[in-house]
Amino acid sequence: MKIVHVRRISQAFFFSLFVWFCIVSTVGDKFWQLRGWPINLFLWLDPLSAIGTALTTHTLYWPLLWALVTIVSTIIFGRFFCGWVCPFGTLHNFVGFLGNRKKSPSQKIQLNKYRKAQCIKYIILILLLGMAAFPSIDATLQAGLLDPIPLVTRSFNLLLLPILDKSVGFVSATARFYEGGWFILAIFLAVVLLNLVIPRFYCRFICPLGALFGIISRFAIWRIGKTQSECIDCKLCERSCEGGCEPAGKIRISECVLCFNCREDCKHQFIGYQTRPSLAGEITNPDISRRGFVLSLASGIIAAPAVRLSNQLGSNWYHRVIRPPGALPEEEFLKRCIKCGQCMRVCPTNVIQPGGIEGGLENFWTPVLNNRIGTSGCQLNCTACGQVCPTSAIRPITLSEKLGTDDFARVGPIRVGTAFFDRDRCLPWAMDKPCIVCEENCPVSPKAIYTQECFNTIRDGILTVKKVTENLIETVEETLTPGKLATGDYYCAVEGSRRCKIAANAENWIEILPDERFEKIPGAGSKIELQVRLQRPYVDIERCIGCGVCEHECPVSGKKAIMVSAVGETRSTDHRLLLKR
Amino acid sequence: MTDQDNKKIERRQFLTRATKAGISIAAAGIVSARLYDRQGPKAAVDAGLLVTLPDFSVPRKNGQTICIVKGSDRKATVSKAIELLGGIERFVAKGEIVAIKPNVAFASSPLLGATTHPELVAEVVRLAYKAGAKQVIVTDNPINDPASCFTLTGIGKAASDAGARVILPKPGLFRHTTLPGGKLIVNWPIFYEPFAKADKLIGIAPVKHHHRSGASMTMKNWYGLLGGRRNVFHQDINTIIAELALMVKPTLVILDGTEVMVTNGPTGGSVSDLRRADTLIASTDCVAADSFGCTLLGLKPSDLPYLAKAQNAGAGTTDYESLKPIFAAVG
Repeated sequence: MKIVHVRRISQAFFFSLFVWFCIVSTVGDKFWQLRGWPINLFLWLDPLSAIGTALTTHTLYWPLLWALVTIVSTIIFGRFFCGWVCPFGTLHNFVGFLGNRKKSPSQKIQLNKYRKAQCIKYIILILLLGMAAFPSIDATLQAGLLDPIPLVTRSFNLLLLPILDKSVGFVSATARFYEGGWFILAIFLAVVLLNLVIPRFYCRFICPLGALFGIISRFAIWRIGKTQSECIDCKLCERSCEGGCEPAGKIRISECVLCFNCREDCKHQFIGYQTRPSLAGEITNPDISRRGFVLSLASGIIAAPAVRLSNQLGSNWYHRVIRPPGALPEEEFLKRCIKCGQCMRVCPTNVIQPGGIEGGLENFWTPVLNNRIGTSGCQLNCTACGQVCPTSAIRPITLSEKLGTDDFARVGPIRVGTAFFDRDRCLPWAMDKPCIVCEENCPVSPKAIYTQECFNTIRDGILTVKKVTENLIETVEETLTPGKLATGDYYCAVEGSRRCKIAANAENWIEILPDERFEKIPGAGSKIELQVRLQRPYVDIERCIGCGVCEHECPVSGKKAIMVSAVGETRSTDHRLLLKR
Repeated sequence: MTDQDNKKIERRQFLTRATKAGISIAAAGIVSARLYDRQGPKAAVDAGLLVTLPDFSVPRKNGQTICIVKGSDRKATVSKAIELLGGIERFVAKGEIVAIKPNVAFASSPLLGATTHPELVAEVVRLAYKAGAKQVIVTDNPINDPASCFTLTGIGKAASDAGARVILPKPGLFRHTTLPGGKLIVNWPIFYEPFAKADKLIGIAPVKHHHRSGASMTMKNWYGLLGGRRNVFHQDINTIIAELALMVKPTLVILDGTEVMVTNGPTGGSVSDLRRADTLIASTDCVAADSFGCTLLGLKPSDLPYLAKAQNAGAGTTDYESLKPIFAAVG
């Protein structure tokens, strides 16, 4: 079997595996749901996540040890990951093939020539690593924005899958939404379509992971190279070259993605995969000068504190950035989050959303809770997000830790925020209308929302008595709306008596319940007060965990009368509201 | 070619072109005529055809309207109660499609009593199949995430293990309805499709305290049929419950008072909110069932305004004594 066929099978296999992992990332126990599938395998194999988090935290989170497999294999074999494994690379390979197959060989050779701009990916890599390298100044992990594995994971999971699943409803029972998803899709499509301009555009010019592999493949034991120093220079080997590495001349090892197309296309078998360097010469270093390296690094080192000048990690933090339960304190969180979107994908209630730049540039595409989206705020008995986070930016907490039970009873539950009423919008507070849907839905026990009963005189609710007959009070005024007071929430208050519940009314009479009586019957000409019984809700901040079910259910839609704010979140001492007992 | 030939070709080309032009003009004209709208758009979007839920009730039988069974084993008490009301064959005929609507509102463990106990759902499914039902559907439109609710309450597994088909709500399964004479259910979306194809409907609800309405029992259980932003009806909770009792005419309702949520309803959240009452009620009259059920919460029917409203509108009677309730005990 030809080596290029093996490569294609490998690409197809890993791509299918990747798509399968995207499909099964739904909480559940069917075989097509989460169960125990290792959905983070590609993210763990990705050394950029490992190296990035190692730089920012000076630790290697245990599953990221997989990256060592990739690094060691790359050191031995070269950039096999790009050519044989990377699902994003496979996509570019395929689109590039589709877009350019009708072109003539000379056009294709022209497309695949090496371009100086291919050094940009090294600049991007050094910039990103520079931003992560000095935690003592400021370190932030932004590699996930352009790292291809998180990029393709979030593009598939947050966009392609919901769009494709919308009519079928197979992967998710309800339609899924992701805020600002259009922008993620736009970038994804733009990058994929750029393959129609130059094949493997992203791989050659942008991919920081490819750049990383390019750097460490300098010592590759085996490499592509010419088996003879002179050849006829037909350049057919560059006809389908994926990496743009110029195998016809001095091959650039750091650009070669081991597609083996050159070996296949050469009619004279002048190209091989061998331990000796190419007999026509090779260039092992990436095409970046020392000056370029230093400038990129310096820019990266400056960029981290620069994006923090708004003090958004200090007192100017944005209160609507509500992180999932189990998230590390913000500065630590930003050192680990690779913006892969797994937490957003797996969240059963669809409440975790890709953040925007409110609260700073670093918030971009990090997980933020939006209680207005999805089916019900952060579900009480759920820890899915922490279970799937590949770098432990969201810790894999147990249910006991989340709810503050068993071993965690002394510490108490994890709060992601606190709910606040907007009393100007709340129906019983501002509109004299009974409601309390929020209190009903509060899932903690004892509830974090409690009510206090109060009786308010309604608008135009003071009337003059004309005549009282048993349970019927006729009024002088004829201003009442018939039936309006018959809902079971209205009362008639009379001086010297306990208030009585109203059963029915018309324009000029009210009738109290059959088994109620006034202790002191009001005489003609005296005043009665019509009152509505309201249960006015309050938040008990000692109980509220900020789950947002109340915000989700509040009938004052649009801008809710109760909203969760991240103040009071337990992950951060600075944001704490409660005094500890 | 000769001049004459050229002219022939020109003429043919002209005729072809003219025909195509004519067809395009005709097409433009026809499409305009079909789509012509003299009136312009209306202020509100037409909800389309309004539907009505079928009437699932079975003929009355004096003395076999409501049955109250005491016992701690739900499977035993519900079987006894249905048997005393005439047996499952009175309610389910061979080859029928039976819809069961339990309370699956919250993603809550069955231990907390906020939702229908899965054992009870499984037993009723089993009885329906025993009577020869062609298919049993178990469905609800929950408040929390639907998939999570059916999983965490145990109802999804219990139902499918017993052979029933679980239907989760999807936008396409809702239709608009108006209750004749209703104030609130006017042009409102209801969870319709699973019930449209059913021949019989059985509601199963636990007895619960409810902070807004006082209690949540068989009548409040129909709230799960409402779609849209149904929370808005909490402003007039008693009227909406009464209207639900008019909108839904079930075959049978089962009110589970084995463990009653006496406080912090409807979600509860702790076993300390529950109290054992070991009572199960089966009834063809929701109003009567709820009127008896509220006594398990220490209330009287007059404490719940929606009962009187429903009775006055003709949905049933609060005077359950007058229906000659059958009392029994198991174990």
